[in-house]
Amino acid sequence: MRVVALLVPSVAYLLAMFVFPFAYGVLLSLRPKGGGVSLANYVAFFLDPWQARTIWVTASIAVPNTLLTVLLALIVAYAMRRGIWLERTITTALVLPIALGTVLVAEGINGFYGPKGWLTQVLLALGLAEPTRLTHNYTGVMLALFLQHFPFCFLMLLGYISGIDPALEASARVLGAGPWAVFRRVMWPLIAPGVAIAGALVFVMNFGVFPSAVLVGQPAGATRTIAIAAYQEAFEHYDMPMASAIAVVMGVCQLAGLAVILFLRRRMAGTGVATMGAGKR
Amino acid sequence: MITSLAFRLTKRFGAKVVLDDLTLEVRGREFVTVLGPSGCGKSTALNLLAGLIPPTRGEIRLDGVRIDGLPPERRGFGMVFQNYALFPHLTVGANVAFGLVLRSRGKAEIAERVRRMLELVRLTGFADRYPGQLSGGQQQRVAIARALAVEPRVLLLDEPLSNLDTKLRLEMRGEIKRLHADLGLTSIYVTHDQAEALSLSDRVVVLCDGRVIQAGTPAEIHDRPQTVFVADFMGYRNFFPLTVASEEGDTVLARGEALALRGRTVVPLRPGDAAVAAVRPEDVETTTEPPGPNVVRGTVRLTEYLGREHGVEVALEGGPTLTVSLAHPVAVGSALALRLPPERVVILPAEGDAR
Ligand SMILES: Nc1ncnc2c1ncn2[C@@H]1O[C@H](COP(=O)(O)OP(=O)(O)O)[C@@H](O)[C@H]1O
Ligand SMILES: [Mg+2]
Repeated sequence: MRVVALLVPSVAYLLAMFVFPFAYGVLLSLRPKGGGVSLANYVAFFLDPWQARTIWVTASIAVPNTLLTVLLALIVAYAMRRGIWLERTITTALVLPIALGTVLVAEGINGFYGPKGWLTQVLLALGLAEPTRLTHNYTGVMLALFLQHFPFCFLMLLGYISGIDPALEASARVLGAGPWAVFRRVMWPLIAPGVAIAGALVFVMNFGVFPSAVLVGQPAGATRTIAIAAYQEAFEHYDMPMASAIAVVMGVCQLAGLAVILFLRRRMAGTGVATMGAGKR
Repeated sequence: MITSLAFRLTKRFGAKVVLDDLTLEVRGREFVTVLGPSGCGKSTALNLLAGLIPPTRGEIRLDGVRIDGLPPERRGFGMVFQNYALFPHLTVGANVAFGLVLRSRGKAEIAERVRRMLELVRLTGFADRYPGQLSGGQQQRVAIARALAVEPRVLLLDEPLSNLDTKLRLEMRGEIKRLHADLGLTSIYVTHDQAEALSLSDRVVVLCDGRVIQAGTPAEIHDRPQTVFVADFMGYRNFFPLTVASEEGDTVLARGEALALRGRTVVPLRPGDAAVAAVRPEDVETTTEPPGPNVVRGTVRLTEYLGREHGVEVALEGGPTLTVSLAHPVAVGSALALRLPPERVVILPAEGDAR
């Protein structure tokens, strides 16, 4: 039952954010500009390497970024589960990027990591070799996405982890479990559902990356994501049906990602009862 | 089997001293209860012994060997928590097997031991259930089986019965006592319930604000409390501030404005000392004797039906209120003559001296 309850947020999210717009978009995408009802838009998308490769480009940003974000958020949240010194200050600092919004963060990244940014200036002043370029490429987008999604993911996991009764860890320790065994045998099974959901949400957000890919990426090349392709069809070529077809492809990719995550989660948990009691206190 | 667990522990949280040089030696096979009100540092003491939090100062010796530097997983203790703390994602069997798996015991040995442990706590056939599918009492029994499965050198129990209802609590109390005796365990049990402390223990240690204020056998603590605090904890409901008038051996006569009482002393008192006389409601009896020391008169102000007896609040002539417990009902407003038997009255030093 708890598994179902845990799925409710993502299901609601899917319904509101995907299913309805999806249905509309699907219908639109099946009526290509040339007239009639056909799969012509999809055929055109997959046959044009310039378009089709956006799937690969987006995935090569979204997948590693999701793994990185969730892993780091998990490590930090786990380390903070008993509360730490200056916890409030640190949490606030971590959460600030959410409040700032995508564009400001991108501006900040340009200002700090950019070719004329502080980091470069300092490195040059110190006489270090010209640093590798960190913005307007793949790295820039990775940085921006990480900064935006880490706080959200961290907060979600911290809430999840600190909801686990500390006596569970204590009893595992007394029974002979060292810190790693505590994590592997007790904490991880209880945290995994939270990690799966955080991962699913971060992945979906990452896969739809648009402003960051434009502002700190290389929108004409290395970071031409699928969202950019859709945008160009809609607002540069004024081909709404084609844009819809691309959006549908993007949605299908996102659903596939979610399916993979939930499948892995189920495999790891072993049994359906595994999530019982997580966050119970 | 251990011979002794001796410790001396101080714990501060910031400026707050939670345990002030708590010193105790527990012998092998002994059942020691730490009794004290909520917040007096009982859980902190057990957590220090288990190694879950570091002491500010002090040492722990198991059979003479210092173990306070060891992490919890290497102390070989067992611990039972108030809220059971069963692993919700593991079956009952896997919970009980947890410590054995970590000790890399063989599959067959683990299976056999889990079966034996569940039999011991009368949960045969529950191995495949999940904790969430058990009642509170069953969960606590699983927790006990899980702690006992690894043959702990010392068993620590932190208010294990306080989440259970009264009937179950009595039943589980018996079970814990039986297991302790049958398995030859060395147990330290923490509680705020005097009945648990008295019925289970070889020795009771009364803790108040992180300090031991009295230690002894249950009978000693019950019959010979040394302070008002301990007496209060042990069910003495009536306390009268008096002044010692005369002493002979271990009985003294103490007087106040409304009352003169002869009683036993546990801590020596001299004439002129400020004292408090303590009496249990059930030790007071009705009498036909004329007024004098230990015989008082008063008016019934309130009665309470308690099943086997009647709780009666009596306003004594001269002001103070006496709570007594009588076998027969009395009417509110009626006059009563009551006797407080001198051997049942304990005269204690006034608070602030011995605490
Ligand atoms: N981690 C902690 N930080 C600060 N104070 C604590 C901490 N743990 C316990 N205390 C304080 O120590 C005192 C004793 O707590 P505890 O040992 O839990 O008492 P008990 O188990 O007897 O009810 C309490 O006043 C509690 O507020
Ligand atoms: Mg406690």
